[in-house]
Amino acid sequence: MDKSKRLSLIIFGGVIVLFIISWIIKISLLQEAGMDSLLSIRDAFFITFAAFLTLAIFSFLYKDNPYYKFAEHLFVGISAAYWMCVGFWSTFVGNFIPKVSTTLSDFFEVPPKEFEIHYFVPLILGMMLLMRLSPKGGWLSRWSLAFIVGTTAGLNLIRYLRTDFITQVSNTFIPLLVDWKGIGPFFSDFSLSASGQFVMTLGNWVIFIGVFSGLIYFFFSKEHKGFFGHASRVGIWILMITFGASFGYTVMGRVSLLVGRLTFLFNDWLGLIS
Amino acid sequence: MTNIGLILSIAAIIGGLLWLTIRSLSGREVERRIIFLFIGIAVSVPLLFDITFSEKATPIVKGVYDKVDNLPSGSVILISFDYGPSMAPEVEPMSNAFIRHSLAKDHKVIIMGLWATGQSLGASAVENVIKKEFPNKIDGVDYINIGYKAGNQGVLNVIITDFRKMYATDVNGVDLDSVQIFQGIRSLKDMDLMISVGGGFPGIKEWVLFAADPGNIPLAGASAAVSTPLLYPYYPMQLIGLLGGIKGAAEYESEMKKNYPQFADMPTPGIEMMGPQTLAHMVVMAFIVIGNLSFFFAKRRKE
Repeated sequence: MDKSKRLSLIIFGGVIVLFIISWIIKISLLQEAGMDSLLSIRDAFFITFAAFLTLAIFSFLYKDNPYYKFAEHLFVGISAAYWMCVGFWSTFVGNFIPKVSTTLSDFFEVPPKEFEIHYFVPLILGMMLLMRLSPKGGWLSRWSLAFIVGTTAGLNLIRYLRTDFITQVSNTFIPLLVDWKGIGPFFSDFSLSASGQFVMTLGNWVIFIGVFSGLIYFFFSKEHKGFFGHASRVGIWILMITFGASFGYTVMGRVSLLVGRLTFLFNDWLGLIS
Repeated sequence: MTNIGLILSIAAIIGGLLWLTIRSLSGREVERRIIFLFIGIAVSVPLLFDITFSEKATPIVKGVYDKVDNLPSGSVILISFDYGPSMAPEVEPMSNAFIRHSLAKDHKVIIMGLWATGQSLGASAVENVIKKEFPNKIDGVDYINIGYKAGNQGVLNVIITDFRKMYATDVNGVDLDSVQIFQGIRSLKDMDLMISVGGGFPGIKEWVLFAADPGNIPLAGASAAVSTPLLYPYYPMQLIGLLGGIKGAAEYESEMKKNYPQFADMPTPGIEMMGPQTLAHMVVMAFIVIGNLSFFFAKRRKE
């Protein structure tokens, strides 16, 4: 046995020993808290196993290793199986069975509904999609795929055109002087509140200049010189600020997930915080 | 003891950052694992020593809060759980806050999900929030979990005209025609407010595209931070408000605590997470400054 293999076996042994010690300690802590002995054994196992999987995923930060791979594959496998099972029970049993068969509805204990023959269309299309697994009938799945792509494209075209284009253009037509009653009232009622006239007006100007200069930056039919060049530079700045804000939000999101896992480790597993 | 630990931890972070600055300015590389370690410490310290900050709701969060607060009692609010466990630490505080706020105002709550994982997370919210904190609320009368249906935006395209074409029963197999909460509800157009909680596909964007805009129904969003910047253009015309990431959750929770004495002791994971967030962001900003300084110093050395 070479040196690296021996080291891997020692680490594996160490992980098993630590897992068992953690499990036993957790059982005793749960029993001290008044939990039933069988329940405490089960719950302690799940908590310890979840902690092991969390640490296994974190171990990738050091370097790629078999524990990380195990946790990753387990996650992918369980996710796929979960989606399939929920899909079966909620859509196939929940929607299809009640509309096509009273006997099957009784078997699955779902209330039967009025028979509707057109519910067989998605069933047939679904079965055709699964033909992809067959070497000879694979071509049949293209019909289902064509249906999915066609309907999705058709639906999205109308909705995106309305929501992301027409309504967004309309939303950009905003007053550059919000609730304007003259220069006197503007200064006499001056406030830095987020819902105040000054901040609202400033916000609308930022949107106007941002959209205008951003559009100029992406307009390539005229050379970016003079006023056009200056507006284009402002457009770049607006884009950079947007990317910066996105990066900031991404950091916040990732830190939140890290906090979630650390809270689990410190609270549920180690009991360091309440 | 707690204060000593806190002071020692912050001293360790500041000392470590100084060491990193000196090391990088002298032209030596800093291994990425050291960066990870710093972020780990910066996140752990506020958790272990319970560092929190006060929050104030911004107009975009206040828009959602005020809408829920000002609806007359008995209004129907639909909350869609469009997320999975991987996003839960960030968005679950928001969905729990919405449920608490809605039930405290005696609104009817319909829980559903465009994600399969949303179904069980909705059920978990029913068990952990509704049944524990609102034991007098009745399933099928004050709230209902109708669960998940496959079809992404296709589901919305159907339920905007008729719920029952897609949902025959709730998650427990109870016929929707037999539950009180669904009497008089035919489609999404009968909702007084819809709230999508999520951050991926399908999510808030699909709710705007396939439900709020075509049906002219009020919609609020509660999104994971990663997708929040993409949703800002919909506010305020197509979204009445948006809770962006854990900061949005913290603002909503602080507003609830401020206005409802019964929520003074409620769990506030959003507010608690802002401590680690703040320290982690400060460390990231310090890294950006150190990285830029060492870049310019290295450039000058070469010249």
